[in-house]
Amino acid sequence: MEVIEVKYDNRIVKYFAYATIFWGIIGMIVGLTAALQLAFPNFFNDYLGYKYLSYGRIRPLHTNAVIFAFVGNGIFTGVYYSMQRLLKTRMWSDKLSYLNFWGWQLIIVSAVITLPMGFTSSKEYAELEWPIDIAIALMWVVFGWNMMATLLVRRVKHIYTAIWFYIATFVTVAVLHIFNSFEVPVHFMKSYSWYSGVQDALVQWWYGHNAVAFFLTTPYLGLMYYFVPKAANRPIYSYKLSIIHFWALIFIYIWAGPHHLLYSSLPDWAQSLGVVFSIMLIAPSWGGMLNGLLTLRGAWDKVRDSAVLKFFVVALTAYGMATFEGPMLSLKSINSLTHFTDWTIAHVHVAGLGWNGMLTFGMMYYLFPKLFKVKLYSQSLANAHFWIATLGIILWTIPMYWAGFSQGLMWQEFNADGTLTNPDFLTTVTALKPFYIMRTFGGLIYIIGALLMGYNLIKTAKSGTFANNEVVEVTSSLKTKHSDKGEYWHRVIERKPMRLLLFSVIVILIGGAVEIIPTMAVKSNIKKITQVKPYSPLELEGRDIYIREGCVGCHSQMVRPLRFETERYGEYSKAGEFVYDHPFLWGSKRTGPDLAREGGLRSDSWHYGHLISPKDWSPGSIMPAYPWIAEEKLNTSHLKKKIRVLQGLGVPYPEGYDEQALTDLNEQARGIAANIIKDLSKKESDIQVSDIANKEIIALISYLQRLGTDIKAVPAEIEDTEIETSLK
Amino acid sequence: MLRYIKHNMSEIAGIEIFPIISLLIFVLFFIAVLWRMFKMTKAETETYSQIPLTEEDEHLDTKDTKE
Repeated sequence: MEVIEVKYDNRIVKYFAYATIFWGIIGMIVGLTAALQLAFPNFFNDYLGYKYLSYGRIRPLHTNAVIFAFVGNGIFTGVYYSMQRLLKTRMWSDKLSYLNFWGWQLIIVSAVITLPMGFTSSKEYAELEWPIDIAIALMWVVFGWNMMATLLVRRVKHIYTAIWFYIATFVTVAVLHIFNSFEVPVHFMKSYSWYSGVQDALVQWWYGHNAVAFFLTTPYLGLMYYFVPKAANRPIYSYKLSIIHFWALIFIYIWAGPHHLLYSSLPDWAQSLGVVFSIMLIAPSWGGMLNGLLTLRGAWDKVRDSAVLKFFVVALTAYGMATFEGPMLSLKSINSLTHFTDWTIAHVHVAGLGWNGMLTFGMMYYLFPKLFKVKLYSQSLANAHFWIATLGIILWTIPMYWAGFSQGLMWQEFNADGTLTNPDFLTTVTALKPFYIMRTFGGLIYIIGALLMGYNLIKTAKSGTFANNEVVEVTSSLKTKHSDKGEYWHRVIERKPMRLLLFSVIVILIGGAVEIIPTMAVKSNIKKITQVKPYSPLELEGRDIYIREGCVGCHSQMVRPLRFETERYGEYSKAGEFVYDHPFLWGSKRTGPDLAREGGLRSDSWHYGHLISPKDWSPGSIMPAYPWIAEEKLNTSHLKKKIRVLQGLGVPYPEGYDEQALTDLNEQARGIAANIIKDLSKKESDIQVSDIANKEIIALISYLQRLGTDIKAVPAEIEDTEIETSLK
Repeated sequence: MLRYIKHNMSEIAGIEIFPIISLLIFVLFFIAVLWRMFKMTKAETETYSQIPLTEEDEHLDTKDTKE
């Protein structure tokens, strides 16, 4: 046995910990802003109607900030702290550690700048544009490289389970991010997804679901396997269970993505696979939760005295609730009620505020006294934070469950004569207003708790002494001879980090490949709907404004084959309708109505007035006003490039159409402008066609008027007689 | 569900086998992991699960060695 002096790098842990707290509070405040916008839309429209603050741009900023900035930095904090100690070695390279830190913060800052500016790919949790995507990939490799190299120079034989979860996180997030980010640049801050329609949707939700799995779950389970035993000062309940938990979880999770697309145009077999694996997920998820909670078996008295353990217990309970609810929501019958409603939002916040939030808070309360060699500044303040945060979660989620359930039922309600009880979508929105206000209150309370934590931890830091390096003496167990004879195959994998990494990749690729490859293959087989044509240049520009303003955050474009949907919106959506959609814009939430069949329903002038001031045209509407798109000139300087990029992706514009596009655009714009003038002239007769024809709003209107019209024109050709049987 | 989609999917040769293959892979893999788990000795699991708890007793004085 060799005794060696090791210096653990505590400074990198401190950096990430501060970043976690800082970005956590910022991300939550952005979320609160978005919640306030839904609760008090008129106030924001009248007094804070700036485009950079618009709901459609703020919402992705909130999701990105809490996922990648708050939880992301939380992951790094915990990983950098626990890995060094579990492997009895300093991180392999300080340079890579700090490159990881500063690079990640730079990515976050670029997100904070570009998302409010409207630079977005529109794909949920992957909104950042291509240069930032590349930066993310690089920084992720820096992190993984440092981690794997540290594993190779470790001084222990066995790699503890927590680290298996870190390894799986690294490889899977890398695979997901790279495959979902295939996009072709138009210019520095604009790109089109390489995939279109159904394929794009499947890849996106394979990514989106597994971003939840491998960014918000597996790394935090790793942290749980380290910090819960540490805080309770007793080993994990069952190490055997942790092995089953790990392999079953990473294997099953990767399949479940299609449950985000139930009743959509995704092939039925893929939907079914997604559902089956979602149900199976309960087993490993609950195995992990129980393993964490049962660690406290016989030590529950400690929970009374330790704020850290209190946070961990609620985190694990929230994890258990969310991972039971998730599979339930993936059952088609339940999903038809809950999907597109605030139920989904409540579900993710049980996990986000409960699991990720509470585990992070507990970890911070554990780490600061260790890092600063001092007792926590105020235990009672930490306990107060615990109760405030718990209350905040309850006050946040209950109104949203209620809202989701009520709205889902209102959408489905039929009168005795077979007509919809709530034909006007708006009545199902105005009914939610009290819930939106209550939710805001819950969020506010939760943030107050987080601020208390910030104060408590800063005070703790100030009263203690911090050492950049923690010096310890370790005995290297790797130098001792051991026999490989008679070893089980799995133990060899557990000792070899690279093999563990390779196995993890194989395990996660199986699920991805079985689902995605056939769906990609569909492209060559798909029977195109002959009426579906590429977007006109003006519609294309309008679609890009739709993407820029984040309309997809509130409006779906996917009519499900359910009677209450077809009755409200019209013909259900077909896979063949989306073949030219780069990216797909099906959406996942209906704060406003579905727009898949919007084209031709209302006049151009209605849209014109409604976009400038929704509440005047649709009293009670909570939609943000978009006055700036009526004032800003449409930028057509990238039009040629856009056409060429789309041609490259297989959209059948005629050869050389890029030269013709601008002429067509102007002609279509003048037509729409003339329609608007005709209707408005009674009131405002001095407006000329040329005054408005070159504005962004005209392009957006042209896009809205195009939606769903391809198959409206000749519906008979794709009439599907099996629709009734599918509803049974 | 829909004839339109079914029709397209039927053009991929042998698509029906995909779910069966995936189920098989999963079951076999899971059996292997279970096998491993049951083969672990109590001594092994105890040693492994103690890993996070065995680091504390080796601390030297913490020095602020600026590097």
